[in-house]
This record gives sequence, C-alpha cells and structure tokens, in this order.
Amino acid sequence: MTQISLTVDGTQVTDDVEPRMLLVQYLREKLGKTGTVIGCDTSNCGACTVHLDGRSVKSCNVLAVQADGHEVTTIEGLATDGELHPVQEAFRECHGLQCGFCTPGMIMQTVDLLAENPHPTEAEVRLGLEGNLCRCTGYHNIVKSVLYAAEHAGETQGEKAGAR
Amino acid sequence: MTATTEAPAATAPAPEIGRDRRRKEDQRLITGRTRWTDNITLPGMVHMAMVRSPFAHAEIARIETSAAASAPNVIGVFTGADFGDELGVCINAWPLTPEQVTPNHSPMPADRVSFAGEIVAVVVARTAAEARDAAELVDVEYVELPAALDLKEAAEDTVLAHPDAGTNKSALWVFDSAESGTGGNVEEAIEKARTDGIVIEREYRQQRLIPAFMEPRSVVVDPTGEQLTMWSATQIPHILRFALAATTGVPESKIRVIAPDVGGGFGGKLQATPEEWITWAVARRVNKPVKYTETRSESLLSAHHGRDQWQKLTLGATQDGTVTGFKVDLLADLGAYVAIVGGGVPVLGAFMFNAIYKFPAYRFSCQTVLTNKAWTDAYRGAGRPEATYAVERMMDELAAEVGVDPLEIREKNWIKHEEFPFTTVAGLTYDSGNYEAATAKAKEMFGYDALRAEQKKRRDAGDPVQLGIGISTFTEMCGLAPSRVLGSLDYGAGGWEHASVRMLATGKVEVVTGASPHGQGHETAFSQIVADRLGVPFEDVEILHGDTQVSHKGLDTYGSRSLTVGGEALVRAADKVIERAKPIAAHLLEANVDDVEFSAGTFSVKGTDQGKTIQDVALATFAAHDYPEGIEPNIDAESTYDPVNFSFPHGTHLCAMEVDTETGRTTMRKYVACDDVGTIINPLIVSGQVHGGLVQGIAQALWEEAVYDDSGTLVSGSFVDYLLPTAADTISFDIDHTTSPSTTNSLGTKGVGEAGTIASTPAVVNAIVDAVRHLGVSDITMPCTPERVWKAINTSSSTGGPTEGAAMPHFDADESGTSSTEGAGA
Repeated sequence: MTQISLTVDGTQVTDDVEPRMLLVQYLREKLGKTGTVIGCDTSNCGACTVHLDGRSVKSCNVLAVQADGHEVTTIEGLATDGELHPVQEAFRECHGLQCGFCTPGMIMQTVDLLAENPHPTEAEVRLGLEGNLCRCTGYHNIVKSVLYAAEHAGETQGEKAGAR
Repeated sequence: MTATTEAPAATAPAPEIGRDRRRKEDQRLITGRTRWTDNITLPGMVHMAMVRSPFAHAEIARIETSAAASAPNVIGVFTGADFGDELGVCINAWPLTPEQVTPNHSPMPADRVSFAGEIVAVVVARTAAEARDAAELVDVEYVELPAALDLKEAAEDTVLAHPDAGTNKSALWVFDSAESGTGGNVEEAIEKARTDGIVIEREYRQQRLIPAFMEPRSVVVDPTGEQLTMWSATQIPHILRFALAATTGVPESKIRVIAPDVGGGFGGKLQATPEEWITWAVARRVNKPVKYTETRSESLLSAHHGRDQWQKLTLGATQDGTVTGFKVDLLADLGAYVAIVGGGVPVLGAFMFNAIYKFPAYRFSCQTVLTNKAWTDAYRGAGRPEATYAVERMMDELAAEVGVDPLEIREKNWIKHEEFPFTTVAGLTYDSGNYEAATAKAKEMFGYDALRAEQKKRRDAGDPVQLGIGISTFTEMCGLAPSRVLGSLDYGAGGWEHASVRMLATGKVEVVTGASPHGQGHETAFSQIVADRLGVPFEDVEILHGDTQVSHKGLDTYGSRSLTVGGEALVRAADKVIERAKPIAAHLLEANVDDVEFSAGTFSVKGTDQGKTIQDVALATFAAHDYPEGIEPNIDAESTYDPVNFSFPHGTHLCAMEVDTETGRTTMRKYVACDDVGTIINPLIVSGQVHGGLVQGIAQALWEEAVYDDSGTLVSGSFVDYLLPTAADTISFDIDHTTSPSTTNSLGTKGVGEAGTIASTPAVVNAIVDAVRHLGVSDITMPCTPERVWKAINTSSSTGGPTEGAAMPHFDADESGTSSTEGAGA
C-alpha cells in the first residue's frame, strides 16, 4: 500500500492504495465518484476521461499513485455553485447525449479541447474527440454541442435564456 | 359573453407534441449523478470474476479450484457441477418450428464448452480485483474437440457444434406466397423471367457484428430481503423476472428486477444471460449481495452478436424492370446456442424482403445453423436490416441490368401513395406511407441531378477518385407486436404494453410504463404525450419505469415498440383518467355529467364559465369529502394495449461516396435521409435516433466485423480490433422528414429507433458499387474496407474476397521462429 494525497473536485483526500490501482478505480471505488465510468479495458473508449491538473487524461491510463500531489477534476466537479459548465449546457441544448454513458468523458474531453482551441472547425472537433467513443448519437449532435459551446463561450446563462 | 370564461384554460400549457423539448434525463447524465448498475454498492457486497474457456469446443476434463479458493479474500469458487439444476437455464423464447434443434443452454456447463468465452467457473471475493487475481489460479483441463466455425460448412454437418444433437441444422422456416395465398408462385415467375425477362442472382454476406453498447453489462443480486432483487444493465427487466421464475424455481412474486440507468442496448441487452443467472445462483448460495461487471473484452467475446447470414437471392423481372418474383434463401448463424429470440431474428426479416414494392410472388426460407461461436440475437433492426440490404442491393442490380437510374426502377415497382392501405405479398397490411413524397424531398435535399452530373463528368474524365450515388428506399415493420401474430409465429410471449397514470393529491402526475428505456429519452417524450393529453405542465409529469415493483407489468423495449405500443397504452390510460374524473368533476360543478367536457386540463360545463382543473379534481378525490355516491374516490387508471398492427415507417436515404480507385479508400461526401416516421412527438429526439442509427448502419457497410480465426478465437475481441467508428470517421448528416401518420394508433406514430440502421447500410454499399461499376464491379463484401475495394477493382475477385481469419494480424506469420512473445525484450 502506498499513501497518496490529492485534490479531487476541490476536496483534499488522502488514502492508502495498492500501487497497481488505476485512477479510475480509485475515483469510483474509494471516493464513490461514480460519475466517471469505465467503458473498456484497452484505453480506446475515453468514457473515463477526467482532468489531471487541468488537462484531459483517460483515468484508466493513469495509476492512482501518479495522481499523488496533483489536482483531479471529474464530471462531478465541473459545475460550479449549481451552475452548469457551458459545455454541459451545450450538450443538453444540442441533444449531444442519449444513454449518457460516454457523456462524462465526452464533456471532459471537450472542455480540454476548447481550452486548447477555443474556435475549432468541425474537422478539428472531430479529430479532437477521436479518442472518445459513442454508440448512440452517431457523433452528429456531439460535434454540434462542441461547436455550440465554442460559439457561446463567455456568455452568461441569462444571455442564453430562451433557448429551451 | 364568453370573453371571461374558462379562466383556467388560459394558463393551459402550449401543445407539447411536436415540440423539441430538451430532455429531462440530461441534467443527471451531464453532471455524473448516475445510477449505472456498476455504481451500486451494498453492505457486505462481494464481487465475482468469471473463468472462461479459451477453446471454441472442448470437453471439460477437470477443474482445479483449490489454489483460487485459498487466495486472499476469496469467498468461494464454483463450477457448473457445484450447482446443477439450481443454476437454471438460458431460455429460447421463440422456437421457430416444433422440430427445432435447441441445445440445452446451461449458464455454466459442467461437461463441455461450445464457444470460446463460455464460462466454466466463477470466483467470488471481497473485491473485484481479488476475484480476478484468483480467477487466474483456476486450472482447467480441456480436451479439445473439432469446432464448427464456418457457417456454410456447419450447414453441411461436417463438424458438429453439439455432437449429441446429431446435426447443426436447428430449424428451417419457410414462407411462400403461393402456399399462403398472398401472392403467386415464385418458381414459375423466375422460370418465365429466364425465358423472356431478366433474372438477377446474387449471394450477399451479412457479416457478424457486435452491438457494443457503451456500458458493459453488469448485474447485482441482493438476496437479503424478502424479495430477491436483481439490478441488471438490461433492456428487459420484466422478461428477465419471468425467466428467472420460470427457470430457477423462485416464485415470481419473490423476485424484483430493476433496470436502473442503462447505457445503451441496441438489442444487445435483450437477453437472459449466463452472467445474470450465475450471479443469481451465487448470491443465493453465499447469502450476500453479489456484483459482476464484465470487462469490455468479455463483453465482445460473450455478449450476443448480431447478423451473420448468407443470403442467396433470385429476382425475376420483365425486360422493362417490373419485378415478377423474389426468392430468398438464408443461412443464419445462431452461434453456439439458440438465444432468447435467436432464430427469430432472421424471421423478423421474412416479411420485409419485398419492402415497399409490389412484388407479385415471393418465397423466403431460412435455415438456422448452430456453430461454435458466440450466440447471435437481436442487433438494432434485427432481421430488417438484412432484408432491406438484400432488396435494395438487388434493385440497384436490376437497374444496372435494365440500364436505367436506380430511382426509376424503384418508382416503377413501389406502392403508390393512393394505394394505401396495401396488403403485401408477405401478407402484411401497410396502413400508410408516401414513397413519392419522401423521395422527392430527399432528391431535392441531396442535389441529386447535380451529383449525377458530377459523377458523369468524373467518369468521362477518368478521374482516379470516382463518385458513386447510393439509394435506399426502405420500410420496416415495427411496434412489436400484435400478440395474436406473435402467437401464430410460436413466439413465447405477447406484444402488448402496459401503462398507468396516477393523479397525485398535489396535482402532479406519476406515469408508470412497462417500456424500459436505455438512452432513448422516454421520460421526455412520454411526459410530452401525457402533458398534452391531461393538459398539465410538462414538468409536472414524472415517468417511472424499469423496476418490476413499480412497473409491475410490461414487455420492455426493443423493436421500435416503446412509442407505438407503450405510447398508445399511455394515451389510453390518460383518457381513462379523464373519464374517471369526469363524474367527480360534474359533481363538484353541480352539473350533469353529460354536460361536462374536458379540454386543456379543465373540466367545464358546456355553455357556462364554470370549470374545474384536473388538479382540482385530483385534490378533491384525494380528500374524498365530496364525491358522487356509487363510485370509488379514485381517478387513477391503467391500460394494457395490444397493438392491432405493426407500424411501417419508411424513408428515402441517399448517399454520395467518393472512391479512390488507386487505393480503394472510400470517403463519405454526403448523406441525406428523409424519413417518414408518422407523427413526431419530439423532433430533437427523433433526429438523434436517426443520426445514431445511421452511423451503426454505415459502420456495418464500412468498418465493423466480428472475426474468428480458424481455431474459433475471436480476433476482434477488444476495442483495439473491433472497429467502432469515431467522430473523426463520420460526417454530419442532412436529415428531414415527411409525415403520413399511422392509422392504427391514436397519435399516428410509427417508431424511429431502428430506421437509420435499417436504411443506411445498402445506401452506402450501393454508392460504393455505383462509383466503380463501370470498372466491372457489381458487389463488394461488407465491410467495404479499402483492401476489398481495391481488390474488387484490380483483381479478378469481383467482391473483394472474404475476411481472412487474421483480419488484424498480431504478428507476422511469415517470420518463421518468431512467436508473439519471443523477442519482446530484444
């Protein structure tokens, strides 16, 4: 067992973990952060995507011990003060999800993608999401959601009202 | 004088049906507040890991479990022999014929394994990791048996998948229009066409696919309460409960099945699985809550696959392209067992090979065949994609033979809009449709003529990148299904759906449905229907589902049935609420019940400004201080709706593919879908269903295939090898709709869940073939990989050839002396 201390969704946590424990297992099994899910065992699907120090990682590809001393943000920590993150809002607005299983990963990847490239083209969005699989939406509305989030970045909730 | 009347009506909500409501489901899903089965943790819960056979066919000589049993924190290790009949069996609910050969399907056989991935032992431990570690220590000695793998060879009984069955041929199911009196004699029609018309003969391969829902299957069983509770990532909680009771001896009244949040299914979670049955048995044995969650690799290996057919097709026509007969001979691969619907899947297509056309003679036969591969069952479309592919490919071949535009040949043969209702050669009565309208709109959206002109220009110029246009004018039967029809087909259940509507004292509405959503958006669409029907706010309607203690009756979600069947049950239950409330409203209004009418949520007295909202009536009924003599103080109601017919969505899909003739690479340039799904409840949800369906169908055409090697190992057994499309592989689509409402349900809905998948596969392949037909290509086997396309163009193989066992070679077989592990450290 190895002791790790990290910040997850703004909360300081300390645990003893097996060195082989994956970050995604740590989040789900130790912290009950079940918003982050496991969709495959070959790091292809991206459903487990979280942010490590602000950059997206597949949390099945990171050991919990590697997160020691770092800051992790999951889908559960994205909304602040009850206000949805603009990317969350965009996915709902554009029907960018159906069963919702890939959605936490898609949203976390999108946030990172837009941080790197705030005004992507459709082709750039599609390439940027290549590591995240979805079986329901055919990606059409996911791509639309990302472009919508980019277009409406910086707007307040009030400015977007009336959309629903 | 009426200007001030009906004040309550002024606050009635605007119509909900047709409105693009954002989904109620999403708030939880986008913030990670989810209830996937794998999220469930119960006090004292233990975990399971499976030991699976690496061999396709083998006798189990010995299983040594002692090392695993003594591993850290292991609670127990069990084999099939430890349980016997207590395990129950996996059921086949649709025996095609009385003579069907149906091998006994134990969830964990003790004597012989029949496919690679079959479970032979299970380890129970305090954590999932410890269970998996210990599973590695279970030592199983197998005696390998020859395996029946290739479908055509298996049909010849050269090697038996189940030696004691004596044959691999499970059932032969035939429909003949001459014998059933729905049409002419197809043999005569084809013979005549051989003499003075056109005969097209083709054989198409429907490759094996994997549903690959994003949420791996998971099951939790809690045996500690008075009722045994199973949570499962399933599409069919109600059917599961019935099957558990029927096969494990636990009374149905002692079983509660819950489908919590379910992450996709596409037919893949329409199953009673070995994993569920083993978890059930283990939980009862260890008397603790038990969880099993499969890995993705286990899912690809052992969750049921889809499609896998050979289609032998003969189409007769006159010289001008009027079809005179269509004969279909199928070989369908069941895999190792006859699954819950199993052989019924190709039969669901039996009524659809004639599609939208007025074929005068038709014959369908399907031979189902057992092999030593993973079992097959429903995958999005289930039988209808196969049928649509076959007929839409054949119509293109006929057009090429006649030398006319493929749209022209379709128009010559399709049912005209004024001919509805139309009884087809397969004996179904299509209630409504307008193929002309959908096609006209699709052509306009597509820019059909301009793309044809560009195609010609590129062809004339000898452009290395050729353009092809693919057409699919599809229909499907959905809304499964009239119970009597299912009975006549020997299906083991009915096709009704149940709903109940409960008016709460505070005016909120609880709706219970027997449909079981897993991503479609039932909560939103059903709320819209009930809000309109009862005249209550959308937000005030709560849809409850997926828990057999809440939703006690239901037949779950598959076959695009939730809206057409389940939605109609909702409508009828809501209407009964209004009828029950009416005498109470009349009583409160001191009016004769015949003078009371209901509109937009308010009961009012004709010709007056007197009114009571349905919420007022609900509260008064709850208080029950003042209601008529002789009735119960209750306005809740339920309905069990048995559909009178299937529904028949249709549409015209047009696809433009660019094919690089030098490399075989294909690129989708444009895809247009104009679907007629009847009345649309929520256009946002409908468009989402179409988009997702399209990509699954396109993926069959271009990418996906479950491939076994010659020893029966699934070589596409992970997401590295099974090619699920990504955002970077796909394009944005142009979709729209025409509307001819169904005449067999109140709302006029037709179902949309499977439409995109059914329509798109032939549209894509037709486009690719169209791009290179002038180079001598008349077919390319799916998936149309660049290699196949290149081979079809450049070699004598006109179809690009079969998929080799090593579709994704993991090492170079030519380098002798090199194995997959040697040299790793070099």
